Amino acid sequence: MYAYDQYDQAMVDARVAEFRDQAQRRLDGKLSEDQFKPLRLMNGLYLQLHAYMLRVAVPYGTLDSRQMHALAEIADKYDRGYGHFTTRQNIQYNWIRLEDAADILADLAKVEMHAIQTSGNCIRNISSDHFAGAAADELIDPRPYAELLRQWSSFHPEFSYLPRKFKIAVIASDTDRAAMKLHDIGIQIVRNDAGAIGAAFYVGGGMGRTPMIAPCIREFVALDQLVTYAEACLRVYNRHGRRDNKYKARIKILVHELGAQEYAAQVEAEFAHLLDQGVEPPLAELERIATFFADPPFEDDAATEIDRSDPDFALWVDRNTHPHKTPGYVSAVISLKPVGGIPGDASADQMHLMAELAKDYSFDECRVMHTQNIVLPHVKIADLHALWSKLDEAGLGSPNLDTVEDIIACPGLDYCSLANARSIPVAQKIQQRFADSGRTAELGELKLKISGCINACGHHHAGHIGILGVDRKGTENYQLLLGGSEAQDTSLAKITGPGFDEDGIVDAVEKATDVYLSNRADGERFLDTYRRIGMAPFKEALYD
Amino acid sequence: MRILTGNDLKSGAVVWWDGSDWSLHVDHAVDVGDRAEEIAAREEAARRVNVPYAIEAQRDDNGVRPAHIKDRVRALGPTVRPDLTLKPSDAQAGNWVI
Ligand code: SF4
Repeated sequence: MYAYDQYDQAMVDARVAEFRDQAQRRLDGKLSEDQFKPLRLMNGLYLQLHAYMLRVAVPYGTLDSRQMHALAEIADKYDRGYGHFTTRQNIQYNWIRLEDAADILADLAKVEMHAIQTSGNCIRNISSDHFAGAAADELIDPRPYAELLRQWSSFHPEFSYLPRKFKIAVIASDTDRAAMKLHDIGIQIVRNDAGAIGAAFYVGGGMGRTPMIAPCIREFVALDQLVTYAEACLRVYNRHGRRDNKYKARIKILVHELGAQEYAAQVEAEFAHLLDQGVEPPLAELERIATFFADPPFEDDAATEIDRSDPDFALWVDRNTHPHKTPGYVSAVISLKPVGGIPGDASADQMHLMAELAKDYSFDECRVMHTQNIVLPHVKIADLHALWSKLDEAGLGSPNLDTVEDIIACPGLDYCSLANARSIPVAQKIQQRFADSGRTAELGELKLKISGCINACGHHHAGHIGILGVDRKGTENYQLLLGGSEAQDTSLAKITGPGFDEDGIVDAVEKATDVYLSNRADGERFLDTYRRIGMAPFKEALYD
Repeated sequence: MRILTGNDLKSGAVVWWDGSDWSLHVDHAVDVGDRAEEIAAREEAARRVNVPYAIEAQRDDNGVRPAHIKDRVRALGPTVRPDLTLKPSDAQAGNWVI
């Protein structure tokens, strides 16, 4: 894992001191809310429905046990004993007091964490593949590049006031586990025909009000020009992005309006100009960063067989583990989706436990997934049973990864001031319905995603089944969408028709799965069947 | 009735104007009639409350009920965490919001 040097630490410490002074001036009445709001947002402090909310950055989702323990302590000491892991691999606290905010940032700084650039029109936390550095199918570890981009984008003076917020994801495998094409910039590390490693750039994707899949604007950028090319992409956007209209200010609108070809041409011109300016960090810096991501000391001959006689354990292994590049190891997913729970929420006790398990079983490392679960990336197969037993005992052993019970749900109207409708109760009712009927296993991979408003933090456009909460004359209403994907086969879900009330949407989801089960061909997932048979049979079942 | 709400400056807690001070309980809210803007401006200037605003509400046998669901969620707390609402002993308290 990356460790702060004296520059990183000095920058974060200075920001804490600056914010402490700003918060005190607000409390003393020397700053109005209008003056203070942009300052608190620069430090991830929002005002939500019930209290201040603090969003803490988890760089590309990576935490060590010391950091996870610190997050748990913050939950206990300053919040109400829990936190919420988000779809951007961050964590949010829902019950923060302004009086405590600077102390929390100081506690975070002690473990090399902060809340900088988790709000505002700047480059947000860089996200990545939660199996990075572990996955059997990756070309190289994308994290050094994600870290290089993190350093480049932190406090970048030119990109602190962009037309809108800006999100970047970096992956290094053909399987996309980071919704890469639904980011402002998606970077895939690739190998070209000549055998060289470089980066493909996808620019102008996003969800929200106007969902778009990012087109590839360059198939290969040499790795020693990665930052320069990213800078060129940002510069063209910063120059031409629609600052006049908040709803048209994201880069996806610019790329769409200019056309991918014209946008790419402008980026090329800027890139050529920047190559002369020497903005690329020296290779020595990338090499320095890469040393932090060296493999941990894996055992050479770790056992690859396990005793599968306990069916509950065997099910969990089949569902919640992912192939590792090293024989005898897997990545193990801790589900934060127990039936009836709140997707992505973890109590302080659970965070402490996950920290201990990361230390004992995964070389002191864990990852936040954008699907609101936690990964232990490097677990010895021989240790799986012991790990599972401890998780199961703590209510963290749900064997439901990528099933209909593994629902992404944004905080919705239970917490979020922008929401139209509640997301979490809908997720809970759907989970309960399928858990009770025992059909979860039969349905196989089925990604269900719920957002409480058009901002799409719950990725509803990218769900095999998506649900969007809307306000219908002051009451909650839910639109159903089908056919989305945020994987390598990225697609945008389509609305089925008129919306449903809270119970109606649960019935509608069940009906959609009935259509799937009665039409599926061998080996087809819900998404495959939908793509083959189209919307009509689903509409018929839902509305006739 | 028109009632006045905001968030406490220090804690961020949802508060309601009770006629002389800010209360955590929506049932304490009083009808501010056409004085909402005046009270809001005075209280915000005194740095006691953040972004106060007036809303429509009704008083019935069960107390004061804000007209919009968002303010009912604010008044109660998250419906999915009955233990953290202002009525923690009532697991069904969330039904009031709908
Ligand atoms: S999608 Fe809307 S309701 Fe959900 S967290 Fe985002 S802004 Fe809030």
